[in-house]
Amino acid sequence: MFNKTKPRWRLFGVLVALVLAAAACSSSEVDDAVGDAADTVAGDLADGTGDGAMADCESTDDVTLQLQWFAQSQFAGYYAAVAEGIYDKYCLNVTIAEGGVDIVPQQQLGSGAADYAISWVPKALGSRAEGIDIVNVAQIFQRSGTLQVSFKESGINSPADFAGKNIGSWGFGNEFELLAGAHKAGLDENTDFTIVGQNFDMLALINGEIDAAQAMTYNEYAQVLETINPETGELFTADDLTVIDWNEEGTAMLQDAIWADGTKLGDAAYDDQTTRFIAASMEGWIWCRDNADACVNHVLDAGSTLGATHQTWQLNEINKLIWPSAGGIGIMDQGLWDQTIEVATSEGVLAEAPDDGAFTTKYAAEAIDMLGDMDTTGDSWSPTTVVLTEGGE
Amino acid sequence: MTSATVQPTAPAGQSAVLRGVKQGASILLAVATLVGLWEGYKAFGSWSGGTWPGTTRDLPVPSDNLNMPHSYDIVKQLFEPVTRRADDTLLVFLFKSAWFTFKEALLGFVIGTVIGLGLAVAMLRSNWLERGLVPWINVSQTIPLIALAPLVVTWGKSTFLSETQSVAIIAAYLTFFPVAVNGLAGLKSPDSEALELMRSYASPWSKTLFKLRFPAARPYLFPAFRLAAALSIVGTIVGEISAGVQGGIGRVVLDYAGKYSTGPERLYGSILAAAALGLFVFGLITLVERVLTRGQGVSGT
Repeated sequence: MFNKTKPRWRLFGVLVALVLAAAACSSSEVDDAVGDAADTVAGDLADGTGDGAMADCESTDDVTLQLQWFAQSQFAGYYAAVAEGIYDKYCLNVTIAEGGVDIVPQQQLGSGAADYAISWVPKALGSRAEGIDIVNVAQIFQRSGTLQVSFKESGINSPADFAGKNIGSWGFGNEFELLAGAHKAGLDENTDFTIVGQNFDMLALINGEIDAAQAMTYNEYAQVLETINPETGELFTADDLTVIDWNEEGTAMLQDAIWADGTKLGDAAYDDQTTRFIAASMEGWIWCRDNADACVNHVLDAGSTLGATHQTWQLNEINKLIWPSAGGIGIMDQGLWDQTIEVATSEGVLAEAPDDGAFTTKYAAEAIDMLGDMDTTGDSWSPTTVVLTEGGE
Repeated sequence: MTSATVQPTAPAGQSAVLRGVKQGASILLAVATLVGLWEGYKAFGSWSGGTWPGTTRDLPVPSDNLNMPHSYDIVKQLFEPVTRRADDTLLVFLFKSAWFTFKEALLGFVIGTVIGLGLAVAMLRSNWLERGLVPWINVSQTIPLIALAPLVVTWGKSTFLSETQSVAIIAAYLTFFPVAVNGLAGLKSPDSEALELMRSYASPWSKTLFKLRFPAARPYLFPAFRLAAALSIVGTIVGEISAGVQGGIGRVVLDYAGKYSTGPERLYGSILAAAALGLFVFGLITLVERVLTRGQGVSGT
């Protein structure tokens, strides 16, 4: 039994098998490299009138859209535009790249890994101030979705009531509406109340570790209502909670917008592609407004752990953030832009107001023209009532 | 290694069965102890009202079902569907996610092992390289992985690498280390008589490497492989969370962590799945080692 050859060959065999297995696993996943076929489709554009009905693409542009987070109804319009073939109609082949803990959409856009990115206005302007040339080409959300939520018995009905309390915030740029609101009420976070770092779940509020928690209308607020109150054995209800809405306090900042690469804008092919991308995305959002249930199903198909009632609630809340859009979907509300800049500069997010090139309504306005007689303002839309269930399933 | 002996077959088989039974029993005992401690703490908490008895000081962790769900509720959740629409139970879903993570980790393990062995051979060949590289290899492991992961992800995104390949590189960064360090020690382990014997045969360096040094390194390498396999899972999960790769267990953990209050059992379930995956790869390497050293007698451990 001093045969040393045999086991060595066995070892070799195992190594080869491992290498082959690993290679097989990876090669099937390499195919998402995106070519940069910037063929102009101006001809198609000129023909396309009315409901954006563009037939017979001469060529199709590959486009990568970078989201801020995982698939959820916050991005429903884009998922629906893919699933319903709306992007195809505009001669676009869109790949949606989900976000992650360390994925900064503006950086992905700036580095060329994405062609467009969804980002909140203050965060994107921060990146722009750091030298990443990105431009807001469509302001999809017309309102802020951030709330400060507390239990009724805490007695926090306005920012003035923060005094002496532990106020939760996610940090990382999510705290400025809240700080501006408190400053407006004459409070200082260093002396009058305490800012407490908060996880992206609502456990700290439910455990009583913080008196008020940051929550998005479309996500964390719903999570509280999907949680069993340990004292009653029933779900928490909206009656248990008090909500401070920054839109009403006048310190709201603009959120989800489509950002384009400023270094490529002005290039005829990219401009053309940008207008078509915005038009198709708008059509996706309009479709989700008018076909909410079917739209939610497209979102649910994109993520295996998403709960149906939670995402239905989320889409309803997202629709509230978009509709009505006074100037048409995607058109910047100058007043809210000014308010966002005002809060951003007074809170030190930005050292100075951004230059005029930070946003443009040119592409959004052209896109609205492409949509023809579709309802782009949503004046007659009204939200539905979504009943949440335990765990949002 | 030089004094390898052959053990009689029959008793070895018997003792293997006995060993298996003993191992199974000790695993069961460990699980039972954990469950007992968990449920015991919960019972203590609900008896004392969540404070240390006789004081108003809160227990370190609230013991209610939201913060610490019952162990049987966690198990029950595993057999519930992932969502109302889904066909899969949570268990099946976690298994599929773990398989996805396993494939990424395998790629990372292979890359890390190849690099680790390459470094070990290079350092064996050249004293100068060894003195130059060892400090860097040690420094490499002092950089926190979570600081490095976003770098690799961002870098990977703007190159030809797919997300899963970036994740495999993050895993390889952890796995190469034990292989390189133990590999070098193992390659250096043959006695000087054995090396002199090879020299007296006029055996070329490469032949000595494959005929003597690598076989001699086996007892050093397998513990390193076991560690590397477990580390490859850790690295992969960190990478998945960083890059937000859809399909793996890291994403599932992150997802359920964000929805913690609405279903704490699901987060605990996914953490158990991640732990089980680590144990699985550890066991897998042990199995490979057994197969390779079958009939080889004592392998030096």
